[in-house]
Amino acid sequence: MSEKAVILKTEKLGMAFGGLKAVNDFNIEIREGELVGLIGPNGSGKTTVFNMLTGLYIPVEGEIYLMGKRITGMKTHKIIAQGIARTFQNIRLFGDMTVLENVKISFTKDIKYNLFDTMFRTPKYFKTEQDIEEKAMECLRIVHLDDKALYNAKSLPYGQQRRLEIARALATDMKLLLLDEPAAGMNPTETSELVDCINDIREKFNIAIFLIEHDMSLVMRICERIQVINFGNTIAHGFPNEIAHNPDVIEAYLGEEAVENA
Amino acid sequence: MTDLRKKSARGAIINVAGILLLVLIVFMLSVTMSDNDFRRKLVPIMWHLCIFILLGTSLNLIMGFLGQLTLGHMGFMGIGAYTAALTSLALERAGLFDTGTASPILMIAVMLGCCLLGALLAGIVSLLMGIPALRMRGDYLAIVTLGFGLIIENVISNLPFAGGNGLAEGSASSALYKTGLGFSTTLQAQYVYFPILLTIVSVAFMFMFISSKYGRAIKSIREDEIAANASGINATYYKILTFSISAFFAGLAGGLYAICTGSLSTASFSFASPSIWNSTFIVVLVVLGGMGSLTGSIIAAVGMYMLNYEIKNGKWVALMPQFLQNLFAFPMLIYALVLMVFIMFRPYGLMGTYEFSLRGLLFKKGEQAIGGDVK
Repeated sequence: MSEKAVILKTEKLGMAFGGLKAVNDFNIEIREGELVGLIGPNGSGKTTVFNMLTGLYIPVEGEIYLMGKRITGMKTHKIIAQGIARTFQNIRLFGDMTVLENVKISFTKDIKYNLFDTMFRTPKYFKTEQDIEEKAMECLRIVHLDDKALYNAKSLPYGQQRRLEIARALATDMKLLLLDEPAAGMNPTETSELVDCINDIREKFNIAIFLIEHDMSLVMRICERIQVINFGNTIAHGFPNEIAHNPDVIEAYLGEEAVENA
Repeated sequence: MTDLRKKSARGAIINVAGILLLVLIVFMLSVTMSDNDFRRKLVPIMWHLCIFILLGTSLNLIMGFLGQLTLGHMGFMGIGAYTAALTSLALERAGLFDTGTASPILMIAVMLGCCLLGALLAGIVSLLMGIPALRMRGDYLAIVTLGFGLIIENVISNLPFAGGNGLAEGSASSALYKTGLGFSTTLQAQYVYFPILLTIVSVAFMFMFISSKYGRAIKSIREDEIAANASGINATYYKILTFSISAFFAGLAGGLYAICTGSLSTASFSFASPSIWNSTFIVVLVVLGGMGSLTGSIIAAVGMYMLNYEIKNGKWVALMPQFLQNLFAFPMLIYALVLMVFIMFRPYGLMGTYEFSLRGLLFKKGEQAIGGDVK
């Protein structure tokens, strides 16, 4: 088996809020096409890791490399341009804009026309707008929202809003997709739709996915590798079946007695 | 999928037809009305309306589309007004033109030049202010911009060549300014198409701006700045850009104000100005029209200005009961009431975020949807 290219690599990543060490010595390596899960009890620092990877927080120590390039401390929009896209734990859509516009936003960084083209509606303007409209519709088709293109984003039901967030992230043309609890609050039907959606994306795009999730059945089903953190420290990493039987992980989730009884 | 370009062209043709109709109406009025009525009543109203429309729509770019509250809009208008007035003064002193005898083409060139210079300076100043100020959000940004507005007012007041309390009252340049661009009603009537066309072009530009990637980007910042950043939008850049463009058009409005007003006084751009020329009035106007609707701002600008005009000059006021007349002596109270009524019954303003469009009016509704139809 040939070695695939490393997409994301972190070295001794650490974050502190005042005296509280939220994340400590976080190391991970994600390769092309992989789907890696990040799990841990509430407040263990999972979202903090995502926020560091996307530049929302600047890590106090350690380095982040995206395809060999150092991106530590870069501004969010620059990191996105490098090829990371993310969704949020609490959905953050542009509620008063249409579904189509929500996706079009992600193409903004690639649009080359300027104020002059905008003012005089040059052929370049029309061509670009037409192009991104088609591309945006393509992204909506992947998450099966193309029939909702002209609805306001906030009028969509919960599960569809989640999928729209994924479509918006897809549109940034990324190498690494960060999904922050994509199945939170979903019913089983919506969750299985989501799994199909994620599998579709993995088939169509050659990208790595890094995922935070509390739904263990989902994590065990789709993740190839899992990293577990608790109180900011990595307590285990490995294949799903290893993690499921790791005493440290069971202790973190269920308490010490559960391990003794097991 | 229909061709975006064809649809856009059709919209443009309809809008141009609408504009021609408007100009035709103004022309018909100028022919049919008595000279006194047209020149003394209608023409100053038209100039002022154009200024208010420019102020309202440009502030709406920041308040409605970018979603930030600023209270210093009049400061940028002041920069534009003083720059235009002083430039025209300098040009006149240099003997380049004379208001009374210059040819119309030269006059228009001078007016346009002065206005654009004022607008440009306002844009540059707002750029310099925006870089530090736009790090703030919400109430804090409002306070900072309020402060900037006051600073602009005070700086202009203390400039030796601009004069303490204005250009026409007791300052060294007053005599000159009276023969500068401060138009009499005759000249205002002669060049009445100038502000109208300038306003139309400006508003058209703002429409183009909000319907392009820029508009989408600033709307996304309004909705959720963190998510906008996470979608690759450089929020700081788009904020500063919008801030400058808004100030540019406020400066343009200031230039028009300088042309049609005989005397300038910094007091008239002050935050606490008792007249309708103050920043809060423009904010009220934008809220009434609907934050996020340029056409709403235009309607509100016309509505509020005419309300103010009628309260001050309308013959019907004398027919009202005495207590209402007493109330009308303080028009600001009426605007407060109007604002309260709106907030109770139409909290999103007159138009909300909808835009009135001639194309939407003439063709069936389904074609109105932005971004083309869906397969």
